[in-house]
Amino acid sequence: MHVEAQGRAPGVDPHEQHGASAYLVGLGYALVLTVASFWASATTVVYAPAVPVLLAALAIAQMGVHVAFFFHISSAPDQANNFLSLAFGVFVTALIVFGSIMIMAHLNHNMVPMDELMKMQR
Amino acid sequence: MFGRLSWSAIPFDQPIIMGTCGTIAAVLLALGILISAKGWWPYLWREWITSVDHKRIGVMYMVLGLVMLLRGFADAIMMRSQLALAAGQAAGYLPPEHYDQIFSAHGTIMIFFVAMPFVVGLMNFVLPLQLGVRDVAFPVINSVSFWLTAAGVLLVNLSLFVGEFARTGWLAYPPLSELAYSPGVGVDYYLWSLQLSGIGTLLSGINLTTTILKMRAPGMGYMQMPIFCWTSLASNLLIIAAFPVLTATFGMLLLDRYCDFHFFTNELGGNPMMYINLIWIWGHPEVYILMLPVFGVFSEVVATFSGKPLFGYRSMVAATMAICVLSFIVWLHHFFTMGAGADVNGFFGIATMIIAVPTGVKVFNWMFTMYGGRVRFTVPMYWTLGFIVTFVVGGMTGVLMAIPPADFVLHNSLFLIAHFHNVAIGGVVFGVMAGMSYWFPKAFGFKLNERLGKAVFWCWFIGFFLAFMPLYALGLMGATRRMQHYPNTHWQPLMVVALAGAVVILVGIALTVVQLVVSIRDRRANRDGTGDPWNGRTLEWSMPSPPPAWNFSVLPNVKQPDAYWELKKAGGAHRPPPGAFANLHMPRNTPVGIFLAFFAVILGFALIWRIDWLAAVGLTGTLATALRESWRTDREEVIPARVVAAYEHEQDTLEHPVAPAETCRTRPEVARNDVRITVGSES
Amino acid sequence: MSTGEGVLHGVPDLPLALRGPAPSRVVAGFGFWLFLLSDIIMFAALFAAYAVLCSATAGGPNGAELFDKPRVFLETMCLLASSATCGFGTIAMFRDNTRATYLWMGITFLLGACFLSIEGREFASMLAAGAGPSHSAFLSAFFALVGTHGLHVTVGLGWLIVMILQVATLGFQPMVKRRLYCFGLFWHALDIVWIGVFTIVYLGAR
Repeated sequence: MHVEAQGRAPGVDPHEQHGASAYLVGLGYALVLTVASFWASATTVVYAPAVPVLLAALAIAQMGVHVAFFFHISSAPDQANNFLSLAFGVFVTALIVFGSIMIMAHLNHNMVPMDELMKMQR
Repeated sequence: MFGRLSWSAIPFDQPIIMGTCGTIAAVLLALGILISAKGWWPYLWREWITSVDHKRIGVMYMVLGLVMLLRGFADAIMMRSQLALAAGQAAGYLPPEHYDQIFSAHGTIMIFFVAMPFVVGLMNFVLPLQLGVRDVAFPVINSVSFWLTAAGVLLVNLSLFVGEFARTGWLAYPPLSELAYSPGVGVDYYLWSLQLSGIGTLLSGINLTTTILKMRAPGMGYMQMPIFCWTSLASNLLIIAAFPVLTATFGMLLLDRYCDFHFFTNELGGNPMMYINLIWIWGHPEVYILMLPVFGVFSEVVATFSGKPLFGYRSMVAATMAICVLSFIVWLHHFFTMGAGADVNGFFGIATMIIAVPTGVKVFNWMFTMYGGRVRFTVPMYWTLGFIVTFVVGGMTGVLMAIPPADFVLHNSLFLIAHFHNVAIGGVVFGVMAGMSYWFPKAFGFKLNERLGKAVFWCWFIGFFLAFMPLYALGLMGATRRMQHYPNTHWQPLMVVALAGAVVILVGIALTVVQLVVSIRDRRANRDGTGDPWNGRTLEWSMPSPPPAWNFSVLPNVKQPDAYWELKKAGGAHRPPPGAFANLHMPRNTPVGIFLAFFAVILGFALIWRIDWLAAVGLTGTLATALRESWRTDREEVIPARVVAAYEHEQDTLEHPVAPAETCRTRPEVARNDVRITVGSES
Repeated sequence: MSTGEGVLHGVPDLPLALRGPAPSRVVAGFGFWLFLLSDIIMFAALFAAYAVLCSATAGGPNGAELFDKPRVFLETMCLLASSATCGFGTIAMFRDNTRATYLWMGITFLLGACFLSIEGREFASMLAAGAGPSHSAFLSAFFALVGTHGLHVTVGLGWLIVMILQVATLGFQPMVKRRLYCFGLFWHALDIVWIGVFTIVYLGAR
């Protein structure tokens, strides 16, 4: 019996027997979700203001498929380090992107636009 | 042919710079001659420059930090003396375009090339020893990290003699740092040297995080790690999360300057405020990257010199990880005044006040550790006590400025300068000095001179308060930062007091050099024969000083925190029986670090001066070096078991037993039943 | 590094964290995973810049006018397929199957090269139409974000060539296998970043 110290690394495990099936299943899901994304951006069937939300959900789902099926990361105890570091990375990414958008939106709202500001130069 | 480089790049007309130039050249030349005369080059190359041993690399980081402290402090003395003179009509002796470079260089050097190397150096040296393993996760990358930092140092120092430095302050805000307003090479020197050393730091962060999470002695779970390992973990996680933002932001500024992009320019839609937003997303975690390991140092020192386990290990761990996460939601407090509005300012103001709470928890835990213990007032303990007093003051002024309306008055005033120097000196510098005096005997096998160490402390402590308390007052009176002269002569007396404080600190730095010289001279008298000069609690004290290249002859089996203390309590000296030693596989030294750094400096210099063919040389050389290294198959050397056994035997026969009150020397107990040493298996 | 040393055997219910140092492959894999997370955070900063600046067109063209969705769909399919073929190649490598490894990695290379050529032509046509990065902040952010991703793909393809050469010259040594496995992780991560790119940049341009 092979006893790993400190858990597994992400990705394919060399001792795994049926590694290829995970890739095929993941590929299948990813294909469907990708096609759905492109469809969603072009369709008129979906309520227009909801399309960005739908795209975001589909993108997150696609990333989740990659993480689960290609990186083999789960909440299993031997994946704890991988999972927690991923969670930290996602937290920081979300903060950077959404924090910046929110802060810059407030700043742009309150501050004189740059081209007008430049015209004030003497 | 040489891009923008020409003879006019060398400031022949500036006597201060040429004098410095000459002195440094003379010192380097003298050093080179000395080393050559003594025939030390092969030793230096073999044992230090190409070393992948974390202990050697840690020491080199510390030396780098010390040397750059001299340059950064020279800048500080120049600024203080200029301000002491330039009141009312007087202009001082430093023209504005020179003064601007000085304060920019001062900040850049102190943060990136003094504080970071010191902290990374301490972590490098101590972590594998405390974790009970032989080296960090990626020893060769460790060497590369150090040499890339050194490359950054070289470029920054080159800017003094060839060209100029940035005049933008240590964070190079646009639009001033854009090509239109800084057309010279100063900002390029700044950007390229920091990009290079930033890669080194990021690699270090990955290296040390992996070491802490994946490589610990058997039996050492997360809650059995020394608290220094927890704070280092938090710090390195922050490095991994924050430094990429710095790389991206500097990358965008470089694209603006080199390729006519418009991220932060004034025209065509650029938004300079976005730079400030992004740079502080890095900038705030950066200060915690520096502070957290230092908190860990103090935790170790307080526990050791109080003779008690650290009070509240779990709450310390919780507080550390809380600071790690919270440090990412406060960054806007660096630009309350930029105009985001009350809602946003309010959120970040409250978050900033919240982050003071876990820090307070730590301070209380340190105090409770001392309470009821038998406190020994050694030099590291002096630094710790000085830190507690000084840092709390600095922290409080920080919480004061966390209130946006207060910050509107105090932003970018000398009050702010006083605050961050308060926490940086009281925190980072005092902590590094504590760590250096605490672990110096482990690294070199002899103790530092205690009397001189205490003198150094008092100089820093008194000097700090003299230098920065006036600045709090001046800030409240309206004095701003980065000013080359001021009209209000009523401020001058306080500026003179501040200069006096800086001079006292200068004495302290000089005494540090004296302390090193005296301690080296007296090394035989101060020899640490036991490996445990302080009656320590953690695993690094369980082996000789200095440790052998392989650290532990037999990996210890750990059962609880303060592993070495428990072993000492459990019984006397247990030597591993002769059969317990196995062949050890250690990583082989390699010159790839210094070669990569060499080509990186060429690449950086060429990019700064827009010398295309030289940049191609640098890039090709870097790639070729990396490829050559990747084909190397002889990466390990085997240290035979008999060599290890012979070393252990020699240590036993050399041992000088010291009076029981001072220290006791034991060896880690090998629990034969549950550890089986397997040799060199790859999977 | 002495990696097998201190690893506890025969104690199955001991918590993973107490079993001593991890084997080399796990150490290398986790370290590389941390590097990938740091790379994703770097992309996050570029995404943030794009999100903030995407409306700053300075009177020039915006995304809806410039982007060609069918072409993007083709690029996406190439990259997604190459991710899967890379996975098959990694599995073949762990089974010491040289021929299958060359085959799958070769297909991965071709698909990646297709992606790059499509993207290269898109950039060239934009530059020719006067929509280069120096014309507005939006275009700067676009070229930086998508260009950095393309640069990563380029570096990845270069790395793949080096790895195939190393397999040919050094064989399936543990060191070579570790690196090829890390390449696989890198390639998957690039596909994850691309999901963000095509969703936010291309499909988000309306």
